[in-house]
Amino acid sequence: MRLELQQAEWKRVSPKYVVVDLVGNLIFAVVVVGATTIPAFVTHNIFWWALPASLAVVFIIALALTPRRVRAMGYQLRDDDLVFRKGLMFQRFVAVPYGRMQLVDINRGPLDRAVGLSELKFVTAAASSGVTIPGLPEADAEELRDRLVALAESRRAGL
Amino acid sequence: MTEPSGLDSARPPVVERSRDLGRLADGEWHRLHPATPLLKGGIALIAILGVIIVNLRDVLINIVIEGGPGDEYDPFVWIIEHDYAGLIVLAIVGGLLLFIAGFYVSWRMHTFRITDEQVEVRSGILFRTNRRGRLDRIQGINIVRPFLARLVGAARLEISVAGQDANVQLAYLGSAAADELRREILLLASGTVSAGSTTGDRAEPRSASAIVGDLLAPELPADAAPPESVVQMHLGRLIGSLVLSGFTIFLLAVIGAFIWVTVTTREYFFLFGFVPAIIGMGSYYVSKFTKSLRYSIASTPDGIRVGFGLLSTSNETLPPGRIHAVEVTQPLFWRPTGWWEIKINRASHSSAKGAAGQANTTILPVGNLADVRKVLELVLPGLIDPESIALLERGLTSKGGDDGFTNSPKRARVIRWFSVRRNGFAIVPGAVLLRRGAIWRTLVVVPAARMQSVALHQGPILRRLRLAGLRLHTVAGPVMPYLGAIDADTAVTAFGDISATAVESAISDTSHRWRTA
Repeated sequence: MRLELQQAEWKRVSPKYVVVDLVGNLIFAVVVVGATTIPAFVTHNIFWWALPASLAVVFIIALALTPRRVRAMGYQLRDDDLVFRKGLMFQRFVAVPYGRMQLVDINRGPLDRAVGLSELKFVTAAASSGVTIPGLPEADAEELRDRLVALAESRRAGL
Repeated sequence: MTEPSGLDSARPPVVERSRDLGRLADGEWHRLHPATPLLKGGIALIAILGVIIVNLRDVLINIVIEGGPGDEYDPFVWIIEHDYAGLIVLAIVGGLLLFIAGFYVSWRMHTFRITDEQVEVRSGILFRTNRRGRLDRIQGINIVRPFLARLVGAARLEISVAGQDANVQLAYLGSAAADELRREILLLASGTVSAGSTTGDRAEPRSASAIVGDLLAPELPADAAPPESVVQMHLGRLIGSLVLSGFTIFLLAVIGAFIWVTVTTREYFFLFGFVPAIIGMGSYYVSKFTKSLRYSIASTPDGIRVGFGLLSTSNETLPPGRIHAVEVTQPLFWRPTGWWEIKINRASHSSAKGAAGQANTTILPVGNLADVRKVLELVLPGLIDPESIALLERGLTSKGGDDGFTNSPKRARVIRWFSVRRNGFAIVPGAVLLRRGAIWRTLVVVPAARMQSVALHQGPILRRLRLAGLRLHTVAGPVMPYLGAIDADTAVTAFGDISATAVESAISDTSHRWRTA
């Protein structure tokens, strides 16, 4: 049974992010699988093909799960903190009090830009907090950032 | 004494420190201790001269004994043979003078001032730097006295603020002046207004909290008397703790391996292999020993004061609320003797090293349960009621079970073989306690007001067992506040409770101005 929080209404990331994630992972997969075929070509030993083949199987499974993985991402703005969730196999929930946010980043990769999405990143004094919400429509991301900055300002706490 | 300097007439005058003035934190610019250039760079100069002289001595001996300067590839020999000696001496003297002039100017240009709001340091000749630190962001003030500086009565004051390489260093000050300056900075940072302050206009001559501060220390002005250490470091215990450390076990294993190799191969030449290793390891023991020997920890109105060091001493004050996580551990071999070690996470990274060479994060190198209790009282001032103390102690020594901690369920035995009964957490007002391990016993306490965020996670194995893991995020340090393998439903509830506690505590927390409650 998967973990689920009580009284949780999750805001999900944009379905368009599936495309971004899929294309990004596909490129990565092709590069890695391509690189691992080199020993097979160099040695002409048929057993070396096992490596790229097994990697390809892993990547295909991962790619097939992409839509579900993207659907598993979500966030909610509670009264005093932001909760972010992600992961299917390895689930992770993080709660960050607004007052703890040191800065908010908006990142847009080339694929993100093509479909008009943004990635929001929160930085706290702890490096391990690591909250990054991908796949937000650009307008939403900016509105969310402004809102979070305002909330953080009103609940400012020390370190 | 003020004097408009020819070098920097555009800048405001620098107030030379005089005995009767006495205060450094008066908002005016001050210079550092006159021995600073010697302590900072002079040592290197003397060392270079020493090397030159030692080399010359060889040449002189050669001249006397063999009647000629010998090895002609030696640069000194070459110089002497070509009659350049006079020129070289001139060059050395010239270089020295330039060096000294440079150090003098850099000392003149290195000034600092402390106002009610911030500490500011200017330095540099060609590349000027100006660093300001806000007083209410201070994470700790360290006074370091390297051996040579102690000889001339100087000390380095280091004001750490959060972040990597974010310290304001005042190297060097007079020893007494450093102590006094620290007291004044802490007083300013605490939110009280210094009684003798001449800068700024104040509505009331004495704030209420200053009077409260005086009441806390009736005979003397706040922490004028050297605070008494609450823990005494025993020589035997320190030696024992080093002998029984994990490092010793590793060392024995390495030596054993060497001997085994030597005996089996009959190549005695291997034995020489570990001579340098032995020297290195010996120096590790010696440095750890001398650093921990004069360990002291005391409570002052402005936080905890931790002292270390035999020849070079360091003495740091951590204002209240600067400790982000506390870990009490007991390595396996310390168990029969009942010793514990306490480490902390803090936002700043002082350049001076602590007991074991870490960045001053070991706050108790070794101590028994009574010492641990005293130190925990200091580092966790929110947990001094009898109930919390009892809970903390159960967190350390209890075998587990129903003792105030929410522990792992029995089915977690698969992944927590021995510690399943002890692996648990407790949430008290203002803090979260995590208890781990039955063989290597660990208790982590995270003050809720310092927690940055909380995470709940579950992988495939934990999901099969209906378990989950919790992780509390604090600033980086040696303490890792995590807990694995607790019941999934309990973990979800705890996740909610801990995040609520963190928010509440952060709102009610006033420790950044600790005397203005």
